[in-house]
Amino acid sequence: MARVFMKGTEAVAEAAVRAGCRFFAGYPITPQNEVPEYLSRRLPEVGGVFIQGESEVASVSMVYGAAAAGTRSMTSSSSPGISLKSEGISYCAAARIPMVYANFARGGPGVGSIQPAQQDYLQATKASGNGGFRMPVLAPATVQEAVDLTVKAFDWADRDRTPVLILADGVIGTMMEPVVLPEMKSDEEVAAIKESKRSWACVGHKLDYAHRSWIEPGQWSTAKMQECNEKAAAMYKAWEKEAMVEEYQLEDAEIVLTAYGISGRIAKSAVNLLRAEGVRAGLIRPITVFPFPAAAYDHIDYGKARAVLDVEMSIPALFVEDVQAAVKGRCPIETCLCSGGNIMSREAVLAAAKKIMEG
Amino acid sequence: MEKIYTRTKTIQEDKVSGFCPGCMHSTVIKLIGEVLEEMDLVDKAVCVQGIGCCGLHMDYIAYDDITTPHGRACASATGIKRTNPESLVFTYQGDGDFASIGLAESVSAANRGENITVIFINNGIYGMTGGQLSPTTLIGMKATTAPKGRNAEEHGYPIHMCELLNQLKAPYYLERTSCNTPANVNKTKNAIRKAFQAQMDGKGFTMVEIVTGCPTNWGMDALQSLDFIEQKMLPEYPLGVVRDRSKEEV
Repeated sequence: MARVFMKGTEAVAEAAVRAGCRFFAGYPITPQNEVPEYLSRRLPEVGGVFIQGESEVASVSMVYGAAAAGTRSMTSSSSPGISLKSEGISYCAAARIPMVYANFARGGPGVGSIQPAQQDYLQATKASGNGGFRMPVLAPATVQEAVDLTVKAFDWADRDRTPVLILADGVIGTMMEPVVLPEMKSDEEVAAIKESKRSWACVGHKLDYAHRSWIEPGQWSTAKMQECNEKAAAMYKAWEKEAMVEEYQLEDAEIVLTAYGISGRIAKSAVNLLRAEGVRAGLIRPITVFPFPAAAYDHIDYGKARAVLDVEMSIPALFVEDVQAAVKGRCPIETCLCSGGNIMSREAVLAAAKKIMEG
Repeated sequence: MEKIYTRTKTIQEDKVSGFCPGCMHSTVIKLIGEVLEEMDLVDKAVCVQGIGCCGLHMDYIAYDDITTPHGRACASATGIKRTNPESLVFTYQGDGDFASIGLAESVSAANRGENITVIFINNGIYGMTGGQLSPTTLIGMKATTAPKGRNAEEHGYPIHMCELLNQLKAPYYLERTSCNTPANVNKTKNAIRKAFQAQMDGKGFTMVEIVTGCPTNWGMDALQSLDFIEQKMLPEYPLGVVRDRSKEEV
């Protein structure tokens, strides 16, 4: 496949189309407006449907409907808009409706700032809506990875009938990079995916009580509700073995940087510079932040490591809570943070790492 | 002996309705089922239901059904219908769902001329949650959150959804009916049939607003609620066709 030069938002949108997404509904919010803009012209070209919803709340409910009727469907937004989508996401999780959504995160809380940030970590990984559901959360560090994870997101969503979140940020969304796009699924493949959901999709069935489609985001029976949650919990547990992570230069690391998404990429370049200066630095970059790759932190040689340095574009630190649970007190954890829409600087990471090594 | 009436097959035989005595949800559900059967649309039907008492029928109908977030039925119906134009997609919503929390979704779907049908049950009160003030509660009518009764200064006036949507260009068919008399039940059935037919013909947004009672939360028995509909509800919500674009077609 030829390499093309694309902006992150548009690359994710094109990857979604190539993965068979044929329905998108969304609402304008910076910095992800190129997703709906791109899809408004692209989806009709492939027989898909684009709708600019009257709100994020409406858009995600449109996706809930389209996905419940069997079509690979997606929405996207940025932080405050993601909060509004939590209603529909919770319904998708409860009714086991496969769908994909992307958060090109910006500063927060509140309306926050329109520049990139990682302030939505806890919302994304712990509680993206009411009711205690979990879902895969994929955190790309490059435009290429955003493309690859978009394809993975649709496959994962369909396989387990779950919402999947692509947790990107304003850097990944607005940056242009060379990418190799996935193969375009043929019309036949797209139709086959939809047909494979026909037995449960809400599109009309023959008069047959046992086999009608009944999309239930809740239960009248408390026993049945508990049963649904037990099944879901078993699924979340099974996901643990599917955690994805990049481990880099860990073997002899005396300082282990850890970060996800764009901070992970910046931290990796800091590791390279530290190594060039003779500092034995390593990196753990979770690619799935749920399921969290806790086992990767067991690969640190705690006999050598002086500290783990958590790097994130969030104040207060949020990702660090998962890191703490994975490190289990085996070495100190320091933080290197920025917020407010400021992008993490490699210099700040280097300074924080050197301070630890000199200390 | 010739059998001249039988229960619609769209209602499961071994199930009972969860509705209160005198509630007209069960009447409307029966009418929808009869129309679906008569029009041979059962295997295309998708009911997109709102939250509240309108969700109580999902357990006993026999056609496809999806429960949507409170107020979002028109949005979810949009997603289903746009990706499956051959399906018959109708929402089933109460006044809290359609006219309060879902007002943006309702007006926007109507304004886009979505090819869906809204069955709007207007009984002027929140039923399942126990009788709170709704946008269609009558002036003077008591509610658990308006214990002295609705007053215009504090709560504004009852909202008229047929007339509100009639301000928009796109809707194809808007009619208000009731189920308080046998004649009105028949008119409701005809309106539902007309709306479903328009949708299958690809005409666009259709809505049947059905003025019904809620004896439990109105604090009345079933017969008193019929009188209340006739004497109080219908003067506020006059019955009839508000919009019918088929009359404009040659």
